[in-house]
Parts: sequence; structure tokens; C-alpha cells
Amino acid sequence: MHNPQLNKHGELQHLLSIDGLSREMVVKILDTATGFVGVSDRDVKKVPLLRGKSVFNLFFENSTRTRTTFEIAATRLSADVINLNINASSTNKGESLLDTIDNLAAMHADIFVVRHAQSGAPYLIAKHVDRMHGPHVHVINAGDGRHAHPTQGLLDMLTIRHYKGDFSGLTVAIVGDILHSRVARSDIHALNILGVPEVRVIGPRTLMPSGLADMGVRIFYDMQEGLKDVDVVIMLRLQSERMNGALLPSAQEFFKNYGLTPEKLARAKPDAIVMHPGPMNRGVEIDSSVADGAQSVILPQVTFGIAVRMAVMTLLAGAGT
Amino acid sequence: MTYLIRNARVLDPKSGRDETIDVLIDGSTIAALGTRAVASPGTRVVDARGLWLIPGLCDLAARLREPGLEHKATLESELAAAVAGGVTSLVCPPDTDPPLDEPALVEMLKRRAASLGGANVYPLGALTVGLNGEALTEMAELAEAGCIGFSQANRPIVNTTVLLRAFEYARTFDQVVWLSPIDAHLGRGGVAASGALAARLGLPSVPVLTETVALLTFFELVRVSGCRLHIARLSSARGIELVRRARAEGLPVTCDVSANHLHLIDLDIGFFDTNYRLDPPLRSQRDRDAIRAGLLDGTIDAICSDHTPVDDDGKQIPFGEAEAGATGLELLLSLTLKWAMEACLEPIRALASITSAPAHLLGIPGGEIVEGGPADMCLLDPHAFWTVSHASLKSQGKNSPFDGYELPARVLATFVAGQLAFSAPDYASRLDAS
Repeated sequence: MHNPQLNKHGELQHLLSIDGLSREMVVKILDTATGFVGVSDRDVKKVPLLRGKSVFNLFFENSTRTRTTFEIAATRLSADVINLNINASSTNKGESLLDTIDNLAAMHADIFVVRHAQSGAPYLIAKHVDRMHGPHVHVINAGDGRHAHPTQGLLDMLTIRHYKGDFSGLTVAIVGDILHSRVARSDIHALNILGVPEVRVIGPRTLMPSGLADMGVRIFYDMQEGLKDVDVVIMLRLQSERMNGALLPSAQEFFKNYGLTPEKLARAKPDAIVMHPGPMNRGVEIDSSVADGAQSVILPQVTFGIAVRMAVMTLLAGAGT
Repeated sequence: MTYLIRNARVLDPKSGRDETIDVLIDGSTIAALGTRAVASPGTRVVDARGLWLIPGLCDLAARLREPGLEHKATLESELAAAVAGGVTSLVCPPDTDPPLDEPALVEMLKRRAASLGGANVYPLGALTVGLNGEALTEMAELAEAGCIGFSQANRPIVNTTVLLRAFEYARTFDQVVWLSPIDAHLGRGGVAASGALAARLGLPSVPVLTETVALLTFFELVRVSGCRLHIARLSSARGIELVRRARAEGLPVTCDVSANHLHLIDLDIGFFDTNYRLDPPLRSQRDRDAIRAGLLDGTIDAICSDHTPVDDDGKQIPFGEAEAGATGLELLLSLTLKWAMEACLEPIRALASITSAPAHLLGIPGGEIVEGGPADMCLLDPHAFWTVSHASLKSQGKNSPFDGYELPARVLATFVAGQLAFSAPDYASRLDAS
């Protein structure tokens, strides 16, 4: 089956998921991103790689944080950025998703950054622009349903590489609501592609999808056991609508069993790093003393996020590609 | 009109006949077979050497979309598709708009279908008013109007008391209840089978439990009420095992599977291809193997097309929002014979699942090639392959998971009650000129 994010030469045409990318491709994105990390520290925080290009942020689901980092990344590459919150505009008037895309493509978009509540929506859009608008239009998945959040996965890898050097000897634990998390899925794929020998997931049975073991993870229901000797702890956000109902009885009980406290973190290696995709629920999945503690790399993640998004946009649509 | 079809290989699953003999059609019936079949003046003689003559297909589930959903399909388009696929009798579920819960709606549907000619239409009445699972419909009246059974389509009844009453009331009038094994809550909102694929794609999933929990409830209610139950669209190995046990126990239970599930599995969804968005969802290879085994050991009675025309507006949207269903009337025969080829079955064995077995289950005439029986038959070229595409389908529903597949067996002519209801454009002249 043809992977729709690659062109017929096997090169990256869209970034839809980390699943299906080669190790070389992931490393190339990380290497390119590393080169961009310094740009943000300069006096003139701009490079002209996307001058004259238009980046459309299409957010069918609200996310100030992700949208802003894409906007900053595009601006630092000298692209023009247009932000559209679609749920507030045309789809309410009955216009179909693909009609919206056609209209925006006619305004000469080069990159669509798409966030959508439905898993797979960016695939539908990518397939459509390939057919209707040609190879100069690129789609970046900025989070689709429970499926994927590839730039988050990549920025997590850049963060891990920065602090741990390489991936070959690591044990990484992902904790919390795996069932609903696109971040967890993207991280699991990326960690496996980069050769991490042990990827663990930790959470209650109600928040684990069936078939998860086939994705290349070890499943733990006991956090004390699951965190033993890990090098990296990735905490996931628990959406408030999951907290009181048939999945979980209460936020308090979740925190007691799966919240990251200094005591639980002590089970990990002494130099373990703590990550979180944000926004955090302090006191639900993570204790403030851990979030703000010496092992936390949560704020550097945000900085790396801009570099990764600059790298992806450059590799897709930059001059000379 | 009389037709003499000469030298065709006649495959009749009911009698087990598989031989090259002549068949004489006179009026609406099969007048004679073998040496007794001779032409008289005015008889059209068709030399069908190298072709197969089989009973017309009986499809246990084909949505015709009337009344109310004519933007998806019409009786004209779908009845033409039926005979183009060799289907001469079909059962249509009651999930129209409004649902088939009143005798007048059923009578109108039957009348419209009869006036158009082509396949015989056997509607299922709604088991509850509006398919809402609350109040029972007037089953006796609806049966008189032409309903062959009573169904909820894909809408489970939440209230088990209502379900028991429905079984008891249907049993009073000796009606068959048709239910899809779906628990009202388990897997609700799911769009793909629980498992590795759904986990990887992040799609809300439907566990096998929805099927098994529903089946266990149904069987207990059947045991108490004595009502005859037809289980529509089994999808899992575990579900088939439960049906096998229920049948061994002697419960009055029959069941079918869709031709899609005979071939496809969840992995075929690939990268969110909405053509594979089906209800029930496609399951694992193990489940597909169990479906094939269940057909061979008699646990599963019939293969149906589960024909569900969906327009592009229902498919050109994200997978989780897409409408379930695929076109199927014109694929049923080819998919059944494809299975026979893959599994090295005698074709007559596979054909039983789409002809004699479903006709027997419905208790309707047809489904066999026998002297004095209705001349509902299909003439096909087993060696001709055809490619599934928008252009090759007569149905208004163009969406198929088999789009682009090359499938065996082309229908050349379909007779319904002795009338030539369909002939392939390149074959019509041979039927007329002879």
C-alpha cells in the first residue's frame, strides 16, 4: 500500500504521521532542527528559507499553543502566515472540508498545517491536494483525533537526543491516557524507529486501547513498577472530560495512582528527564514540584518544538527542495 | 415468450445437478430440462456453450433507499443493478426514511417495485415504530402488506423488555425476527474493529463483545419465546462459535454474513480509506477465516451483499464521520465465486450460499432450477473477468472497497419469471437474434 506522505521517489511530500517514516528520514529532520535551534537566540530571529511562501494554519479544533509555535516557526523562516479557525467559519455554513481546502489552495497556499478532531482527516486532505493541486502543496498534520501528532513526536525525540545523546540504550516510559492520546502514538512510533530498546506505557486498563502491545510497547498498570530504572518519563495530559465517569472515577484517584510525584520519580534513574506535551494539569497527572524541578525539561521542549517545525517546513517546501 | 437455452452447464445447488443440459423457459416457469426441452415455432434458441446457467441469486440484504433517501439511490437504479448482478430476489431492510413501520409504506414499495419489474422485492418491516426500540409495530398488518420478517436494521433495542415483547409478539403471528448482533452500548460510536489497526490509527473501536453479548441475550430470549431469529451480519469468530452452539442446541436460529467480510479484513482500511467503513466493521484475518469455515460447516446459512448505496458526500469526509456501507448487488456473485476459487471449492457448493440456501431460509419460490419452478435464472460467463469501477456499476452507489479489483464471472443475462430482465450489451444480440 502506497504511503500517502511520500512522493513516488520516496521523499517526504507531506508530514502526516511518524508511522512509516524511515530512520534516515527521522534523523534528517532532527539534524535539520538542531541547526535551527540557534536561530531563536539571534538578534535577528529570521532566515529567508520560506520567503514568498504561504503557510495556512487550518485549525478545525482549537489549540492556541500548537498554532502559535507553527506560526512562529513559519515567521522565522520568512513565510507569510494565515491563521484560520475553521470551526468558527465555513463548516458552520455547510461548506464541506474539501471545498474549504480547494478555496484556500486557490489562494496559492504552499503549506497547510492541519489540526482536526477526526483521526485521519489530514490524509483525506493530502490525498485531495495531491489529486487537485499538485506536488507544490504540502500538508503537515498538527494533530488528528487520537491518531498522530508527528511534530510533537519529533520534538520529543529532539529533546531526548539533546539530553541523552543517543537512543540505543534507553528505557522510556509514557504515562497516562494512552487510549485518547495522539502524542503517545507518535512517540511510540518515533522511539521504535530510532531503536529505543524498551518503550513502556503505564496507565489504568480503561485508558489503554486493545491491540496496543502490537505497537512495540511493554504495558504496565503499576506505575511504581513501570518507572523502575527508566531514563525518560513522558507524562500525558488527562482531558478533564475523562476524569469523572466510566473511564476513571476521579482526578484524585488518578493522581494517587498515576500522577508523577517526587516519590514515584525516585524509582527512575537519578538522571531521568521528565517531559510533558502541555498544557499541564498540575495535581492531576503531575505534581508541581516535579514539573518545576531539576529533572523537568518541559520548557526546553517548547523551544525545540519551534526548531522541529522550522525543519519540517523547510524540508517540505524550502528553496532547493 | 419461450426460450431454449442450449448447452449451458447447469449448476443447481438444491438438487446437486451439475451437468450440461438444455433448459426450456415457457411463460414464467421452467418448462422442461434435458431431452424434454425442445424448441417449438417462435422459441428463441440461445446457444450457451461454455456458459453457466444458475438459479437467480437471492440477496438477504439490499438497501434500495426508497422511500426518502432517493439522493443516494432509487428503486429504478437499484433494481436495475440487482438484475445486472444476477439477483432475482432481494430482501430490503426497513431503515428508509420514514422507516417501513406502516402497511401503506410497504404496500407502496411493493407496488412501485412490481411496476418497475426486475427482481422480486421482499421488504422487512420495522420491528418497532420508527425503529426507536420502544413501541411494537402492527406486525400482523405489516405481514399482510408483504413484509417477510421484522428487523431493527442496525439500530439495537436498548430496553430488553421491549426486545422480549417483540420476540413474543412476532412468535404469536409466526413471524421471523431479523436482528444484527449489536449491543446498544458496547462499541457505540466505534468505526473500526478493536485491535492493532484501530489502536494504531487512533480510531474509536468496536469490540467483539458487542456481537457476543448481543447474541447471548438474543439466544436466551429465543429460548423463552420460541421465536424464530435470523441473525444479520455476523462478523467475528467468537460470534460464529456462539451461533454454532445455539444451533447444536436446537434453537430456531439462522444467520448470514456479508460478501465484504468474506474477503476483507481490518488491515485493508490502510490509510483511512472510507470505502472500507462498513457495519459491522471488518475484523481480523482469524475472523475472516472463521466466516469461511462457518459457511462450509453450515453454521452460516447465506452470503448477502449488504448492498448500501452511499453518495460521495458520505464518503469524501474523515473516516470517523463517513457513512458506513458499500455497493454490493453487482458484486455478490463475483465475490462468491472468487471465494470458491481461492478456497478450491466446487462452485455449486459456494453458489448454494447465494441461491438455494437463502431462498429456503425465506421460504420463497425460486433458488433452484427445476421443472415447473419459476424461471428466475442467471446466465454467466465464468471465465470472463471484469474490473470494478464507477463506470462498470449500474447502482447509484459507486463506493466499493473492491474498487479497481478484477473479479471473476460476468453476468450475461438474467431472467425473472421468464422475462429477460437484463442482458449484457455485448450479449443482447445473441439473445434476440437466435
